[in-house]
Amino acid sequence: MTEMRRPGAGSNVSLEQRAWNIRRKALLMGEVQGQGYIGQALGIADVLAAAYFHALDYRADEPEWEGRDRFLLSVGHYAIALYAALMEAGILPEEELSTYGMDDSRLPMSGMASYTPGMEITGGSLGQGLGIALGMAMGLARKRSAAFVYNLMSDGELGEGSTWEAAMVAAHHRLGNLICLVDFNNQQADGRSTQMLSAEPLEAKWRAFGWHCQRVDGNDLEAVVAAFDAARALVEPVPRVIVLDTRMCKGVPFLEAREITHFVRVEPDEWGRALGVLEEGRPQ
Amino acid sequence: MTRASMARKYEARQAREGERSATSAMIASLAAEGYETVQAPFGHALVELARRDERVLGLTADLGKYTDLHVFAEAMPDRFYQMGMAEAALMSAAAGLAREGFRPFATTYAVFAARRAYDFIAMAIAEESLPVRIVCALPGLTTGYGPSHQATEDLAIFRGLPDMTIVDPCDAVDIAQMVPAIAAHDGPVYCRLLRGRVPVVLTRHKPDYRFELGRAQMIRDGRDVLVIATGLMTMRALDAAEALARDGIDTAVLHVPTIKPLDRATILAAAGKGGRLVVTAENHTVVGGLGEAVAAMLLTAGVTPAFRMIGLPDAFLEAGALPTLHEMYGISTDRVAARIRAWL
Repeated sequence: MTEMRRPGAGSNVSLEQRAWNIRRKALLMGEVQGQGYIGQALGIADVLAAAYFHALDYRADEPEWEGRDRFLLSVGHYAIALYAALMEAGILPEEELSTYGMDDSRLPMSGMASYTPGMEITGGSLGQGLGIALGMAMGLARKRSAAFVYNLMSDGELGEGSTWEAAMVAAHHRLGNLICLVDFNNQQADGRSTQMLSAEPLEAKWRAFGWHCQRVDGNDLEAVVAAFDAARALVEPVPRVIVLDTRMCKGVPFLEAREITHFVRVEPDEWGRALGVLEEGRPQ
Repeated sequence: MTRASMARKYEARQAREGERSATSAMIASLAAEGYETVQAPFGHALVELARRDERVLGLTADLGKYTDLHVFAEAMPDRFYQMGMAEAALMSAAAGLAREGFRPFATTYAVFAARRAYDFIAMAIAEESLPVRIVCALPGLTTGYGPSHQATEDLAIFRGLPDMTIVDPCDAVDIAQMVPAIAAHDGPVYCRLLRGRVPVVLTRHKPDYRFELGRAQMIRDGRDVLVIATGLMTMRALDAAEALARDGIDTAVLHVPTIKPLDRATILAAAGKGGRLVVTAENHTVVGGLGEAVAAMLLTAGVTPAFRMIGLPDAFLEAGALPTLHEMYGISTDRVAARIRAWL
């Protein structure tokens, strides 16, 4: 159920189409550089579509608008995905797509606030996003703002002690305006997250830390939208987390089938093939 | 502890001459006799600032009582955040609050800011040039609790951080006046803090002294020696200068409360005045602090006076009573005066 005041509402473009467009733009940027964290971008595209075209309130032509919901990219290396979403949302011009990772580009390979409109923080030093989100949520509460702070983090960041410091403090201060999104793609730099430093039982952990926790299939748009709605609608003043189980490379089956690693290698001739495969799956 | 390091510390203790001091490691006064003291100058100055500027907030990681922030917390409870023993959350949250237009003052001990929370200060605060003021007690050798609490390398760590302004105040005058001065500054600031009963030093030696951010000031002039000092070592240098004067040695003391950016023009002009031995004095390891910063500045400018450095050794320091430790490591007034005499 969308609210009319949100930018995505009222559009006749479906969320499926938005997610597809985000995937396509991310692949085009990957093609420009011949590399990029495309596995993560394809995996998180549905979540970003639901965020920017269902849940978040923002003004495309005024990225610093005081009333906006803040969307923090703790995972700086997911920048390729967020740029695609920001372009789809009209916050970044699509023409800049071809500058991804180039000298003088506003689209560096790791997301930084000082480079890009719509990029709220400098992520990349993993384990920092939730703490900054915590401070912004405290600040918005002081200002009696209705805005939410969303922090997109990875399952790997669950290993950082600072994540749990921030989780404790957010619950202690009863920050109901803080929504954490955990991309659980079960992949980090050295291998499968669950086999390296297991965060399970993850939902029980968040709840024990005083958070409202939901866990959904992050590539099931309907489920993601419902989770966003439930997180926003909750009356109880507690921070909320949505754990999103996603599939790396979602939407490009031959990459999905490949042995997945943190940094998915795509050969020069495969970018065009991936775009072609994606084209076959274009929503009707 | 390894046998070697244990033996080294034991030998150092056995070699120490004189009576054992029973002075508490934590409350030993830093002031020489005869200085008036002021209670919690930071806390009171922050309350005054916050009354004028509603963006000012205070945050601490379970060290409110030990950074004089309790004064602020009691006066303005709704502007105070207790973050618990969580320094990463303290610094990240301060960054988030600054992003939302507030002016947070975050306090902890210097060891925890410099060592534990460094990445959060570097990336969440400094890289974004956010107006967060980090105010830290127990700088250098101001506690006898040993290396866990002695921030002997904090200046070196923060000097390496781009965009970070660094202040090492000498006394209650500096502390009270630096609070509004750093609040008016646009970027991040790291301040060393003297807490509790803090001596009033600078105005006794120079009645019209006022703290100015980024400015070094000559507190007393002299023909034979120029001591370029920061933090509590300016107090030591001024007291040593009086002792040296009785021996006919005329000592100038240039107080440098802002470590970064250094007041290049004033330091070069003072050190370039020929014929004086130049000595730096800091409550910090001789690695990477004021001394090396001044040395590099002088050398690159082609100013090459006779030059010596007073500071803490490149070592993990001992536990014990503070006056004993200051004597042992060469930052007591007597040791400062004795070393200058020996160098002339």
